[in-house]
Amino acid sequence: MDAIKYVHEQLGAKKEFPKFKAGDNITVNYKIIEGNKERIQAFKGDVIQIKGSGSTKTFTVRKVSNGVGVERIFPFSSPNIDSVEFHKAGRVRRARIFYQRELVGKKARIKEKRYNAEKAEA
Amino acid sequence: MKGIIGKKIGMTSIYDAQGKIIPCTVIEAGPCVVTQVKTQDKDGYEALQIGFGAKKEKNTTKALKGHFAKSGTPPKRKVVEIRNFAADKNIGDLITTEIFAEGEKVDVVGTSKGRGFQGVIKRHGFGGIGMKHHGQHDRERAPGSLGGSSYPSRVFKGLRMAGRMGNDRVKIKNLKIVKIFSDKNLILVNGNVPGAKGSFVIIEN
Repeated sequence: MDAIKYVHEQLGAKKEFPKFKAGDNITVNYKIIEGNKERIQAFKGDVIQIKGSGSTKTFTVRKVSNGVGVERIFPFSSPNIDSVEFHKAGRVRRARIFYQRELVGKKARIKEKRYNAEKAEA
Repeated sequence: MKGIIGKKIGMTSIYDAQGKIIPCTVIEAGPCVVTQVKTQDKDGYEALQIGFGAKKEKNTTKALKGHFAKSGTPPKRKVVEIRNFAADKNIGDLITTEIFAEGEKVDVVGTSKGRGFQGVIKRHGFGGIGMKHHGQHDRERAPGSLGGSSYPSRVFKGLRMAGRMGNDRVKIKNLKIVKIFSDKNLILVNGNVPGAKGSFVIIEN
């Protein structure tokens, strides 16, 4: 396993992303290569899971588009991710919120987490 | 021909220039010691015998100890012959990852994972019989008929049946070397290679 870690350290050019976890609302700006043109597309949704470690670590973003749920898996170390914007921290109780898939309408809302400055410092 | 013995470490994925994921296997390859040089005059064929992996002195027979002493190395666990080795090597020389270059195509030989006694569906890819037709039931994964009754009135040799599966020598051909870390003796090949993590593999081309 050490050897695999070594490979990750050598090849994984670390990118700086804002910290986020399951339940948070983010926008992923990722590059799309069409022929020889490159453009950036945004994918806004809720993070439903973070999985893996090292350069194979991924996160899944879910959004509901025209009434259809869409999920995309992004590797953290993918060179095609341009940037990640953090919008809202969600208050959820588990690390993988797959139950969101079954929920529609008002039930599918995720409550926003109130930032507690005192707690953050302590 | 050239080759090196290695240990399968595990799999990971890296990105190419376009940002595409390349699945690859990490192999700790070498350094191997040349333990014997076989020549046309003496042995009837040209080959290099190379050894890899530490072996305890107390688990080595006296005969093997003498054999390894000739090349001046401690005993090795895995010893392999590579025929018609491309580079000129003498006894006691080291073979490292430098014999390969990035982008080169190689074959990887390993021993596949043992699966134990398996039925024909897993072992030979049979379809099974199923319960949908002809009133058959309770034999979903059965192999079906083994042959004719009056003729040939026997079962042909080599007919595919259930039995031990895996634990075979398997060679995967034309795997691309994605990356080499010569300071850590690591080779990354595209795709998977046979065997469990920690098992010996031979990289050759």
